[in-house]
Amino acid sequence: MKKTTNMAFYVPYILWILLFVIAPMLLIVYQSFFNIEGQFTFSNYATYFHSSTYIMMTINSVWYAFLITALTLVISYPAAYLLHYAKHKELWLLLIILPTWINLLLKAYAFIGIFSQDGGINTFLQMMGLGTHQFLFTDFSFIFVASYIEIPFMILPIFNGIEELNEGLVNASRDLGAKWWQTFTRVILPLTMSGVKSGVQAVFIPSLSLFMLTRLIGGNRVITLGTAIEEHFLTTMNWGMGSTIGVILIIAMVVIMFLTGERKKKGGRRA
Amino acid sequence: MKSLKKWKWTNLYLIFVFIMLYVPIAYLIFYSFSAGDTMSNFHGFTWTHYQELFADTRMIQIVVDTLMLALLASLIATIVGTLGALAISRTSRPVVKNSILSLNNILMVSPDVIIGASFLIFFTALHIPLGFLSVLLSHIAFSIPIVVLMVLPRLQEMSNTMLDAARDLGSTNLQVLTRVIMPFITPGILSGFFMAFTYSLDDFAVTFFVTGNGFETLSVEIYARARQGISLEINALSGVMFLFSLVLVVGYYFIQRGTKSHKAKLKAKGAVTNEATH
Repeated sequence: MKKTTNMAFYVPYILWILLFVIAPMLLIVYQSFFNIEGQFTFSNYATYFHSSTYIMMTINSVWYAFLITALTLVISYPAAYLLHYAKHKELWLLLIILPTWINLLLKAYAFIGIFSQDGGINTFLQMMGLGTHQFLFTDFSFIFVASYIEIPFMILPIFNGIEELNEGLVNASRDLGAKWWQTFTRVILPLTMSGVKSGVQAVFIPSLSLFMLTRLIGGNRVITLGTAIEEHFLTTMNWGMGSTIGVILIIAMVVIMFLTGERKKKGGRRA
Repeated sequence: MKSLKKWKWTNLYLIFVFIMLYVPIAYLIFYSFSAGDTMSNFHGFTWTHYQELFADTRMIQIVVDTLMLALLASLIATIVGTLGALAISRTSRPVVKNSILSLNNILMVSPDVIIGASFLIFFTALHIPLGFLSVLLSHIAFSIPIVVLMVLPRLQEMSNTMLDAARDLGSTNLQVLTRVIMPFITPGILSGFFMAFTYSLDDFAVTFFVTGNGFETLSVEIYARARQGISLEINALSGVMFLFSLVLVVGYYFIQRGTKSHKAKLKAKGAVTNEATH
């Protein structure tokens, strides 16, 4: 009896793991060894590593992701810290979360309006007598919009980290004569590092693959790993090369996860 | 306590971040009432774009399809995910448990393009036609892990004495499951269902890869229209969707309230939003 009910629990879930977790990952690696004519080859990897275009694109993509992560971190850490001490923090938190429930594409679309030639920003600049500038389809706009979208995902894990901080340690540090920045760098920051790491992970990995933003906001000027994969799969139909870049992206993801480590220790905190 | 001056400063920064987060959304909704046809120079108040939106049968059809898809996908994902959580909680060997959990989390951390591309290869290899079925299967697949992560903590919180008591009093395994375990983990299941639902509604990238030409969701449609330029009908749609999100958030807030301790609540929210749009 017990045996059979146990099996009933396992079967659908294990099937899901086999079919939708393991099989697709193996398939993308497998596919990366085939060229556009369907012959087995290592040429995709050879092309990738010998082509300065691909290498530069990868470096660029990582660089953009780094900039986006750094920008969101700089804005989010103080916000999360102040949120912890704010009155009505439950309400504030809810207000920070709410924008993440708005469809990502609608937010991107809003920026098409705001950044356009006669959009909000340029109207404002003109009123200030600064003239109009080209914002849409620049690297700046891509980084700005991506950071905008990612900020809540950085604030939340850091906020959770700060909430877990033992207030007694901060007070002890002050009582023992530490200046505020000493308390911050020696006590608060190290103890909230796990939150920062989860935040970096939650922002960096998606930033490598935001192809819809590069299309809508970056206007094909910005090409990330995600854009290249989408291009190869859906436009040029070169799935082999697309998969090769996919494998590179998976490797990048594993490296990031390794660097930001210890993520699963507190099950469920960062979904 | 903080001095009055400091308190003001902290609020100022938070208000700044808050404004940053809401200006684009407000901008979008503001122009949905403009009589013009671009997002610049407000041309006077009108409901035209909302009328257009509600008269657009193609758009209405897509909204209905998207909601049906999200409901169906999240329902199935909730069933499979709950069974999965039960299975994981019954696994006694830590090594096995941890490897299953790692596998569970792969789809949560993978970038959308990887999920989309690998599912596309998978469906093509199995000759599953691209369309409603492939989109549904993908949505179920990427929603399962969040359900597991929402249900599992509840299962782990449950004390074994309760199960022992039920068994000592003569319950069968099935009775233990339906009378003791299920009521206890219901809040987790509801949160999981809710999260799966919003995942499905929000997804763009995975759907974009596996949809082919036959089936469209709202995200894919918005992307297609946004690439063609500005149409204030999309702004009107944002207005409607913002209201809908408000309702969802309030709904989620009430599901969470009272079912979890204060701290667990905050954590769950973190978990919720961390992946919500990814």
